[in-house]
Amino acid sequence: MLSRFEILETNKMINEENLDVRTITMGVSLLDCADSDMSAFRRKIYDKITRTAERLVSVGDDVGRQFGVPIVNKRVAVTPIAIAAAGTRAADYAPIARTMDDAAKAVGINFIGGFSALVEKGSTESDKALVRSLPAALATTERVCASVAAASTKCGINMNIVRKLGFTIKEMAILTKDNDSSACAKFVVFANAVGDNPFMAGAFHGVSERESVVNVGVSGPGVVLRALQSARGKDFETLCETVKRTAFKITRLGQLVAREACGRLGVPFGIIDLSLAPTPAKGDSVGDILREMGLSHPGAPGSTAALAILNDNVKKGGVMASSYVGGLSGAFIPVAEDAAMADAARAGALSLEKLESMTSVCSVGLDMIAVPGDTPPETLSGIIADEMAIGVMNGKTTAARIIPAAGKTVGETAVFGGLLGEAPIMPVNGFSCADFIARGGRIPPPIQSFRN
Amino acid sequence: MKAIITVLGPDKVGIIAAVCVYLSNNGINILDLSQTIVGGFFNMLMIADFTHSPLGFDEAAAGLARLGREIGLEIKLQREDIFNSMHRI
Repeated sequence: MLSRFEILETNKMINEENLDVRTITMGVSLLDCADSDMSAFRRKIYDKITRTAERLVSVGDDVGRQFGVPIVNKRVAVTPIAIAAAGTRAADYAPIARTMDDAAKAVGINFIGGFSALVEKGSTESDKALVRSLPAALATTERVCASVAAASTKCGINMNIVRKLGFTIKEMAILTKDNDSSACAKFVVFANAVGDNPFMAGAFHGVSERESVVNVGVSGPGVVLRALQSARGKDFETLCETVKRTAFKITRLGQLVAREACGRLGVPFGIIDLSLAPTPAKGDSVGDILREMGLSHPGAPGSTAALAILNDNVKKGGVMASSYVGGLSGAFIPVAEDAAMADAARAGALSLEKLESMTSVCSVGLDMIAVPGDTPPETLSGIIADEMAIGVMNGKTTAARIIPAAGKTVGETAVFGGLLGEAPIMPVNGFSCADFIARGGRIPPPIQSFRN
Repeated sequence: MKAIITVLGPDKVGIIAAVCVYLSNNGINILDLSQTIVGGFFNMLMIADFTHSPLGFDEAAAGLARLGREIGLEIKLQREDIFNSMHRI
């Protein structure tokens, strides 16, 4: 029989520590929607998305109600559009994004991911059309998220696309300057992208996935924070054990919700993503966990070590709690969506360079970083290339989501609103890398990729 | 199906009676009950069996929430699975 303590502990996590299931994301294959006619293709993908995800929101809400735990986001990820839409041979893919936006609104989800291209090695005509369409697609839609896989350990880094994306991101920023360049907050560049990531902006339904699948992202920085408060001043063994135990409980909740939702939707269970995903809400912050570990601000010396401990123990605790773990699985360290990280950046404790080194031990990477609007496109490409190199050389997923907030500079704040929060504009190293970026071509894969 | 009922709010006469009458009228069996007062706050946990109740989960949850509003406390119904999965291997 359950003890009083156990029941109270779970409800305290939910009521006071912001424990929730961050997202249930349904992956939907669009491969069977291929058509040479653009309007037929758009009609097919609209029908398929709205038909497959029709009950996603109501089932998510029902399951949440029955367990008494909020399921915050219900989302859809589709086959990368550059693959699904290749048959149209169209020059402009922005209308496809608008169809995705309409479908998202019709089923009541807040984001749809998969306006994406996988170009680690090179671009097809379709990939080029998608990348060309990115600024217009993201500026004219509300809920569409886009991503480009620009590098992998097996293929190296496609520097042609990295160079191009510096300019593309600038263009997105200028097109949405009235909203502090919010289009850039819906676009991410990946190294070692994964096809089962439930988190936006980088979610897409990988080509090796089934027809449709449900992936679940749990969360709970607040729960980990509270657990660590009870271990204040204790040694590292205790610290690690506390994170591990907490991650286990959080993940079991995700697994339960995933199974229940899949059963009701009649869709197979994919993976649980073990990420600690912060939100702008008070007490729902990875930065606060780092502070609780003993850093005065995230970014102080010791931050990389602290984050490494957190990331590793979240995985160790979570792996045993779920039958399939996947996605990104680790700790996210966005600046805009995490109040303590944003505070640290404002206080000058957290620099772009320190963040970059922290991304070598966390999941994802440079996430939701606002930089001055006049940052040169080549510098953006340089920042992206550095992040890609960390992922490629270490055989891990990394990403860059940078927002050069048009018309703003250091000292100001970019405000995106809602889930995306706000971010202080961080200074960027002003020395040029333009000649390096201008070389073009592909950086060959590292020696550790030759494992055959 | 088993579910956990939690009741939380300022103490007053007749809380347990009101909840039990509701459960009894709806064919819900109480398997375990524990109650305490902390700083004037009434705090009760019940494990209840819904197997023979004509009410669906959502109906019962809404009914208990409504009862809670009437008597000025928060009454929450949750499926037992969430606690088992978080605290049992």
